Amino acid sequence: MHPRIVKLFLALVLCTGSLFPAFAQTPAASAGSIADQLAKLQTQVANAQSSADNAWMLVSAALVLMMTGPGLALFYGGLVRKKNVLATMMQSFAMMAIITVLWALVSYSLAFDSGTSFIGGLHHIFLRGVGLVPDTDYSPTLPLQTFMIYQLMFAIITPALITGAFAERMKFSAMALFLILWSIFVYSPMAHMVWGKGGFLNASLGGRFPTLDFAGGTVVHVTSGVSALVCALYLGKRVGYPKEAMPPHSVVLSFIGACLLWVGWFGFNAGSALGSGPLATSAFVNTHFGAAGAALSWMLAEWIRSGKPSALGGISGAVAGLVAITPAAGFVQPMSAIVIGLLAGAFCYFMVIKVKNWFGYDDSLDAFGVHGAGGTLGAVLTGLFASSAINPIFKDAQGNPLPSGAVDGNWHQVLNQLVGIGLAWIISIVGTLILLKLVDLTVGLRVSRDQETEGLDLTQHGEEGYDFAS
Amino acid sequence: MQKIEAVIQPSKLDAVKDALLEVGIEGMTILEARGHGRQKGHTEFYRGREYTVDLLPKIKLEMVVPDELVEKAVQAILSSARSGKIGDGKIFISKIDEAIRIRNDERGPSAL
Repeated sequence: MHPRIVKLFLALVLCTGSLFPAFAQTPAASAGSIADQLAKLQTQVANAQSSADNAWMLVSAALVLMMTGPGLALFYGGLVRKKNVLATMMQSFAMMAIITVLWALVSYSLAFDSGTSFIGGLHHIFLRGVGLVPDTDYSPTLPLQTFMIYQLMFAIITPALITGAFAERMKFSAMALFLILWSIFVYSPMAHMVWGKGGFLNASLGGRFPTLDFAGGTVVHVTSGVSALVCALYLGKRVGYPKEAMPPHSVVLSFIGACLLWVGWFGFNAGSALGSGPLATSAFVNTHFGAAGAALSWMLAEWIRSGKPSALGGISGAVAGLVAITPAAGFVQPMSAIVIGLLAGAFCYFMVIKVKNWFGYDDSLDAFGVHGAGGTLGAVLTGLFASSAINPIFKDAQGNPLPSGAVDGNWHQVLNQLVGIGLAWIISIVGTLILLKLVDLTVGLRVSRDQETEGLDLTQHGEEGYDFAS
Repeated sequence: MQKIEAVIQPSKLDAVKDALLEVGIEGMTILEARGHGRQKGHTEFYRGREYTVDLLPKIKLEMVVPDELVEKAVQAILSSARSGKIGDGKIFISKIDEAIRIRNDERGPSAL
């Protein structure tokens, strides 16, 4: 046959053939088909919600990791002397690597497996059973691995915060060993108690003393801050402190780090809504307002006291506000968030400027002054300002919202907060002391006097941070 | 041949270089330095603590000039670097035994 005729024939066959499926459908609707379509629609809506939640949560997880690297690495790195900049950044970075593996191996299970009220079990070691199917207790719309990876970013930054207390004088090996043990014996139990199934302090899963801690005021900031104080006291002061002036070698780096922390904190707090709905919005707004309020009050306090508002003061204030709003982010009204911020900025300024000098401890980068004190204050204020209108966390048997915090009339919640805070303080102090002693006896905590004078970059890492001559 | 070392305020560098060029001195070495004489430093704040920073940024110029240009160079520096305030700096003059141009091994004042 002529080629053109073949092509015409083939085209005709294809056109008519594609019409066949249309003919195959029954045009009239029958009862089974509507129910099917409804079920399909419901699945699609659920999938859409899950997709939105998962998308936000994955972004949030990335934001929280950014808080550690480069956020905290830069913030802390800029505050130390030039000879220790890399070592300081390396401490945060090491957590990114080490805690990740530890989490997969055992500490996720210890935190989030069901077990006792104080610690989880070992069912999920090596992430067994942690697949892509949701865990309805934790996050019904998220693949469990999303929840796991999001929580991992918290587990990473918490020990990294402690490094601020022993900056410029701790051995890298000792730091790594200590923080691995701390993550297992202090962080995982605390995370379990506040957020884990059956946790002693878990407000949403029926804990004995429900502590309102939206994103980790107690789990992250009180534990790291108080542990930091213990470390600073145990390790002792830096050589030359306080006579020798040890100003930051680069407030520029710290500034950049602090701004990355502020932005990253949206993932830390708003992501703790474990979804992309209005609660995430509340937490996002509150986070921002808390940071702004505290930056203002610290700057004002410094302006009044010292005559000039410093850049370092401004950014420290912002961080203090972010810390304080962390437990409150998903529970309070926006105006309360501003108040919490204003209070936190002034309070942490006082802690860092006055209290630290009264007692003379060398909390080099103010991990206790900002995180320990700010977290404690924030957790108390959460008990005051938590509003069921924002987050009906407590419900009666019929599912009606009950009063949350003092502004709702539930002053008892402040007591619960104190229990949670108290437990965090105790587990941090006891745990840290024991672990420090252990590591000191085995590896030794501090570098030698000469090494400290020469600088950790060279002595611990064989590197120099800046080599402008080359 | 004499070496002129001048420690001056960093803000005066451009004026001093221009003034030296005008009297015929083109070659010099410029170093960033820190130091102080009788000038008190300034106070900075770190975590509410006041401390004195008394290593202040300075610029040090070094140049080796033929004997006949020394006084002209000194006058050029004095007039362009002076502000009348403490912290203006100092000039030191010393004798130089030899000067050698690396490119062609030229020696003596013609190497300057």
